[in-house]
Amino acid sequence: MSDAKRTPLYDFNVANGGRMVDFAGWEMPVQYESIVEEHKATRTAAGLFDVSHMGEVTVKGPQSEAFLNYVLTNDVSTMDDGKALYSLMCQPDGGVVDDLLVYRMAEGSYLLCLNAANAVKDVAWLEKEAANFEVELVDVSEKYGLVALQGPKAFPILKGLSSVDLSGLGYYRFVQGEIAGISCIISRTGYTGEVGVELFVAAEKTAELAEALFDAGKADGLVLAGLGARDSLRLEAGYSLYGHEIDEKIGPVEAGLMWTVSLKKPCDFIGKEAILSKKQSGPAQKIVFFKTGGRRIARPGTEVVSGGAAVGTVVSGTFSPILNEAIGSALVDAAVAKSDELAVDLRGKAFPIERARPPFLPLNPQA
Amino acid sequence: MSIPADLKYTKDHEWLKLLDGDEALMGITDFAQNSLGDITFVEVPEVGDSFSAGESFGVVESVKAASDLYMPVDAEVIEVNESLEDSPESVNSSPYEAGWIMKIKIADSASLEELLDAKAYEEIAKD
Repeated sequence: MSDAKRTPLYDFNVANGGRMVDFAGWEMPVQYESIVEEHKATRTAAGLFDVSHMGEVTVKGPQSEAFLNYVLTNDVSTMDDGKALYSLMCQPDGGVVDDLLVYRMAEGSYLLCLNAANAVKDVAWLEKEAANFEVELVDVSEKYGLVALQGPKAFPILKGLSSVDLSGLGYYRFVQGEIAGISCIISRTGYTGEVGVELFVAAEKTAELAEALFDAGKADGLVLAGLGARDSLRLEAGYSLYGHEIDEKIGPVEAGLMWTVSLKKPCDFIGKEAILSKKQSGPAQKIVFFKTGGRRIARPGTEVVSGGAAVGTVVSGTFSPILNEAIGSALVDAAVAKSDELAVDLRGKAFPIERARPPFLPLNPQA
Repeated sequence: MSIPADLKYTKDHEWLKLLDGDEALMGITDFAQNSLGDITFVEVPEVGDSFSAGESFGVVESVKAASDLYMPVDAEVIEVNESLEDSPESVNSSPYEAGWIMKIKIADSASLEELLDAKAYEEIAKD
């Protein structure tokens, strides 16, 4: 752990009982009190998450839009100022380099938010591809802290702290404003399936912001929530996590993420040909989500079986504190992706699973 | 970290409460439940099953991890805590009382000498 990096909230996390673990080279809180309680509190009140480990890169210059539309699968040209967009960044073979958020700050000026585990790889990838474009890339990961405030009480908590009226802020829109007097990018995005915001803030102001939010939100039931709850919340919501539902081998066709791929945009983009071809021929494997009906978690690596034959592998598994049962996702042979006869092999015994269409419970982060 | 003085312990973070007639209650320690975090499932053996010392007899699963349970002595299972099926979280909230896992009949009481007392266990349970 000694080589692991620390976010600007390291002291705050430790002081508040965060149980620190190594995650993608960062010392991050996996939980404070209890993953289950942090999960429930985020669904019923609000959770505050340190996600400062995420990477940030600015893309500026006259060809920024053209560049991003070439390296990303989604259509950046549809964005106006103040818009956030989820996209994949793919390899020529259609595998995923990373999934990320693009923020359009102004014409010819964008901010990318990257997975911590991929940030170094992404920057190298972007720099290589940028050679033919008139753009300037700057890795600003060290300059930003990032906290996510998620849950039905997120906006009531922000109301007394925000310098700008957030009532009209649409889903996947952002504004510049002050929260508790601290300048932030206030983005109506998140990874929990709840209403909420993600706040980009200067690294040196992140702890002050977190303290202010925590103090203001306690009365409304706000709790600090760690990576454990972040994972169980995102899986309940059916959101993909890099290294699980998507990776260099599992692309958008397999993962059911074709909504993030604009095959219609009037330009070529990396991976287009391979993705199109796989879409037409059909993928060999698909990601499916499932419920177990029991409390035993089928963890990543668990074999999926059908009629005694191995047909796939679990890629995510957790316990849903809301459904009170174990849920997960698996990469299975396309031929059985709609089968009702799937089971997971737990310690040599087959437990039937039930396919589920996420979200696993009614969620409306756009409400 | 609670380590009651009247219990015996194993290096695998289990506790035994010795009762009359070579019987004992078993569970996992406060240290173990705290390390595992939110416990979601406890697999217990069937009443009547016998195990040798060192054999795995069940599993405790938390959101984070699954951990095998090991029998510290040769013994037969004479009762299991059935409430854990619906409320495994009582292992977190009450590891030495409501969260007991099973009652055993010890076949070979000589092996009890291998168990640790609270003081010796405290050394192991240090972070």
